[in-house]
Amino acid sequence: MPELKVTHQKAECLYDSYERKGELTHQTHYCPGCGHGITMKLLAETIDELGIRDRVIMVSPVGCSVFLYYYFDTGNVQVAHGRAPAVATGLKRARPDSIVISYQGDGDLAAIGSAEILHAANRGELITCIFANNAIYGMTGGQMAPTTLLGKKTTTTPFGRDKIKDGYPLHISEVMSSLDAPVFVERVALGNTKQILAAKKAIRKAVESQVKGLGFSLVEVLSPCPTIWKQDPVEAQRFVREVMADIYPLGNKRDRTADAEPHPAPAPEPALSELPAILKLPKEPAPADAAPPNPREVDYRIKIAGFGGQGVLLLGQLLAEAGMDDGLAVSWLPSYGPEMRSGTSNCHVRLNNRPVDSPVVTRSNILIALNEPSLQKFVSLAEPGSLVLYNGDSIPAEFRREDLTMHALPFFELADEVGTAKAGNVVVLGALLEVTGLLPDETVDRAMARVVKGEKWLEIDRKALSRGKQAMAASLGKEAACHV
Amino acid sequence: MPKQLIKGNDALVKGSVLAGCRAFYGYPITPANEIAEAAAYYIPLAGGTFLQAESEVAAINMVYGAASAGIRSMTASSGPGISLMSEGISYLAGAELPCVIVNVMRGGPGLGNIAPEQGDYFQAVKGGGHGCYHCLVLAPATAQEMCDLTRLAFDLADKYRNPVMILVDGYTGQMMEPVDFLSTEAHRRRLPEWAVAGTAETRHNMVTSLIIQADGLEAHVRKLEAKYIRAEQEETLWENYRTEDAELVFVGYGIVARILKSVVEMLRERGIRAGLLRPITLFPFPSAEFRRLIPQTELFYVVEMSTGQMVEDVRLAVEGARPVAFQGRCGGNVPTAEEIFEKVLRDFQPRAAKTAEEALTHA
Repeated sequence: MPELKVTHQKAECLYDSYERKGELTHQTHYCPGCGHGITMKLLAETIDELGIRDRVIMVSPVGCSVFLYYYFDTGNVQVAHGRAPAVATGLKRARPDSIVISYQGDGDLAAIGSAEILHAANRGELITCIFANNAIYGMTGGQMAPTTLLGKKTTTTPFGRDKIKDGYPLHISEVMSSLDAPVFVERVALGNTKQILAAKKAIRKAVESQVKGLGFSLVEVLSPCPTIWKQDPVEAQRFVREVMADIYPLGNKRDRTADAEPHPAPAPEPALSELPAILKLPKEPAPADAAPPNPREVDYRIKIAGFGGQGVLLLGQLLAEAGMDDGLAVSWLPSYGPEMRSGTSNCHVRLNNRPVDSPVVTRSNILIALNEPSLQKFVSLAEPGSLVLYNGDSIPAEFRREDLTMHALPFFELADEVGTAKAGNVVVLGALLEVTGLLPDETVDRAMARVVKGEKWLEIDRKALSRGKQAMAASLGKEAACHV
Repeated sequence: MPKQLIKGNDALVKGSVLAGCRAFYGYPITPANEIAEAAAYYIPLAGGTFLQAESEVAAINMVYGAASAGIRSMTASSGPGISLMSEGISYLAGAELPCVIVNVMRGGPGLGNIAPEQGDYFQAVKGGGHGCYHCLVLAPATAQEMCDLTRLAFDLADKYRNPVMILVDGYTGQMMEPVDFLSTEAHRRRLPEWAVAGTAETRHNMVTSLIIQADGLEAHVRKLEAKYIRAEQEETLWENYRTEDAELVFVGYGIVARILKSVVEMLRERGIRAGLLRPITLFPFPSAEFRRLIPQTELFYVVEMSTGQMVEDVRLAVEGARPVAFQGRCGGNVPTAEEIFEKVLRDFQPRAAKTAEEALTHA
């Protein structure tokens, strides 16, 4: 027996025996003459040559190539129809050292997955896409693909593909090469040995560009499908060579591999001990965390309402922050929904010595109305005997209620006196503290120092707070004689 | 531990980073944007990936990729986006991939509106996508729970290799409350043994939801089923609020539960023994706790911001042993404690009053 020399053997990154297939484990599931088998072999040889088998993650689509994991002895992820580029994005960004290769057919990539491939390419994801274009849906039995040639009869174009009704064949490689990000795009064919050798070169270059970290690469492979085309394998190859390649011009559409800069390596993950600082978590416990729970019986249900820009939300936040520091249970709920964009603003604040049940304040026991519409809207919901602060010189007669304690002060004019009308909300806070003694001054000051950004603003707000207290004290003196 | 006054949505993101989440893929939608925006800031600083995808369809598949590679990953959206993600969620469950999906519910169906609703309960709890699968579903009601249940969600997702959904209303996301972040330690996820990470050790691993043979797929679906049964035994969470002596038991989740606590107080001031059973896990549903409360309970009273979805699970749990009443608001209307209270006073007659009435009739 003469010694046999093996000149071509199965690539190492393909399994010797296809155990995941379950039966007929020595052969693939592809039909005789199918282009997938050839493309798979070219890809497998490339992986072997580049020595990257351990790093490769194959992403298999839906369609005839759904079973790539039967064959590739690499990492394998099977995905939903058309979504391979999105899954590949998630894989590659999670594992930047891996080599992620997605393999898709024309229905998968050019129809249902057109958005995913366009955006993965446009982001310049560091992945390689192998696009098998056989101009037909094979797995589902021969329906029209976006790449089906005009006039071609399929099961869903029984009278032939009509350009008016069904549109034109989609040229994916040309679309890809119209984008800025891709570094390598080429259309190849499996029409004869020469074309197959050119295909191998392109596939290798595409994968290599990923290994070098250069950017997105795609190889479109014009691929025969003898079974569905109802041709024999030789005819089908001729069809690829002579008909398909005429509609889909072969050749390189983009090659920036020579001058593209490798993507920078991602920064290492910070230590877990750095997370609290990264997340801006508080370093110092609030005074209340150390002190026993506040023994006061407190149940403030506060509604604050006004125009957007009056600082309604911040006023509420200051109350909640200071309440928290005072050892109370607090909640703050902003106006939410369509109101958010209509120019009005309101929030609900609760301060309680027990856990807050509902953060929603329907019936307030403190209402702060910073404009007339707010007073009009909410005064009827104020609890009898409760407090109302109104921004103005006096309470409009039609909204006066004898069963409420109502104070009117021009908060924003007072704020103007200390430097800026923007501090009007803090003037309100001062007035509120003066009339209720709701929270200790030093607690409020501490909360303000934490929430207000910048020394300059803090200075103004401190002045605004005392201006509010002062004005309310003066007003109380006056109002003692004349209620409301 | 120091507390921070913080919005629920922000607490959720900080909680996710502490839980080891290092990938966030999302698409803008109101009212879930704050979550993506906070994730865009914090997750890259923590060494992770944030990416705004081209669609919710792509976003959930990016999560599928990150999860396959063994990274704790998350997305957040609202009803219309969750509908688009339903395909991917079915694949994640089928492929047994862990991840966390946040649904900040808005008004539906269709474009609906951006105001708070609870109309996505069925979608979240009963499946949403195709096939025999469930997400585990958690329903936070406080800012603290937005943090803590996010941590739990990642742990459960890993334990069961299953997507976990956090189902929340806009109020709970927008609300600020004090949160303690540091009582639990920050977590770094070790590479799970099944992950496909592009390394020699993980080369033989495979992620797929495709099982061609009927017997093989049946065995797989039974395996998923067994996980859900186990979860019901081991993971069910609820809060009892003043139910010890309650004869009227309210049921609500999320913001509604908070409002119902006010209603319980208002009714107790009137001498009516009311309490609240708040399911925290919506799937698995705390059915056993409902059954435990049957003997003492005259009426289960479900309130939802929908036309009635969870109420069906309450009826299934109670199995006709007690009446189950329902009131709901929808379209973005949040029921007030006062309106619930008024209606309950019409619907419910305490046992004592009834007995007195019966005695009178018999006399």
